[in-house]
Amino acid sequence: MIPASFDYLRADSVDAAIAALTEHGDEAKLLAGGHSLLPLMKLRLATPSVLVDVGRLDDLRYINDAGDHIAIGALTRHRDLEISTLLAADAPLLSHAAGHVGDPQVRHRGTLGGSLAHADPASDLPAVILAMGATLVATGPNGTREIAAADFYTGFLESALAPDELLTEIRIPKLDTQGWSFQKFNRRAQDWAIVGVATVRANGSTGVALVNMGSTPLLASAVMDAVKSGASAADASAHANEGTEAQSDINASSEYREHLARVLVRRSLEESGLA
Amino acid sequence: MQITVTVNGVERSGDVEPRTLLVHFLRDELGLTGTNIGCDTSSCGACTIHVDGQSAKSCTMLAAQADGLTVTTIEGLADGDTLHPMQRCFQENHGLQCGYCTPGMVMAAVSLLDENPNPSETEVRIGLEGNLCRCTGYHNIVKSVLACAAESTGASK
Repeated sequence: MIPASFDYLRADSVDAAIAALTEHGDEAKLLAGGHSLLPLMKLRLATPSVLVDVGRLDDLRYINDAGDHIAIGALTRHRDLEISTLLAADAPLLSHAAGHVGDPQVRHRGTLGGSLAHADPASDLPAVILAMGATLVATGPNGTREIAAADFYTGFLESALAPDELLTEIRIPKLDTQGWSFQKFNRRAQDWAIVGVATVRANGSTGVALVNMGSTPLLASAVMDAVKSGASAADASAHANEGTEAQSDINASSEYREHLARVLVRRSLEESGLA
Repeated sequence: MQITVTVNGVERSGDVEPRTLLVHFLRDELGLTGTNIGCDTSSCGACTIHVDGQSAKSCTMLAAQADGLTVTTIEGLADGDTLHPMQRCFQENHGLQCGYCTPGMVMAAVSLLDENPNPSETEVRIGLEGNLCRCTGYHNIVKSVLACAAESTGASK
């Protein structure tokens, strides 16, 4: 399978990438690691006429301690996240989950920013940044703006990024983590999650987010509210499907997904230390 | 577009369409047919090569993305007639049946040991999760990788 024809532009700076996006508008797509986009292009489900390759913007590949948060460049690869001692200490949920994206070959090439911006509800890391309350930094023609993770996902494969904006940094709040858990249910090692749950308990509150339980990655707000008002893991998990819209597909019926969500939320809360 | 890729230690140039996949550049332009195309959907790992020293699936990269980078294919592992230790361990432990997945398995295994020179059996199995063998030959593949690790901790390129 070979993608439809396109023009290839390699950006040598963030400004050059934004200029290319501004010039080509809807016709252009950004290419980072390519591990979400190229498979879609090979299936001709995506047929951009211009690809703007930002994969060489090495100045967007970093994991830095920025005081109250960890700043991660959007071009940081899954493998970098997986082996980061800084993340292992201050954001273990993220480094652990990054180590479960795809397989080693995918993690060597795929990037955090690419995965987040692709906005696939079946991806692991969008749920993780939702649970952790991360902030995303977008850079466009008029400079940068911050977007809360909870406001970032707007629809199936759609995000709050404007067509001329590039996701440049992800800010993970440094949390006094009491417990965390990442539950991913799939049938074969490298598959997408049929359902996944990311949980982090820190600073007196609990963040829970769901993978593949709707058209976007979702915060499990009803579960979080229940935990906040003192519910046990078992009682809180009964709320796992509130606000979800699980789909049926070749892997699972929506009823099965809802069952999985309840079970995985309970396991996730328990593993993160909630009685 | 014109690209130059260092393949198995030699600078190779070519004129490719932007949509040319790296695996097609390697196989069709450079004649390096050791890298197999299996599923063509970045699932099976038969097309695994090394890009700047790390395993990658060459069906899920554009040749353009490899411009200026260093690529190693299965043909680049052996030193003349002397097999790479991983190749020899696959041979000695019967780590293949039909052989179709083998180039990708070997490349993934070499990358695995680069990152984890002394893996447990479980770590080898998880580390090869990106490579499928349809002969269900995983047992001897894992045995081959463990033998290579034991023989020379850090046995790699």
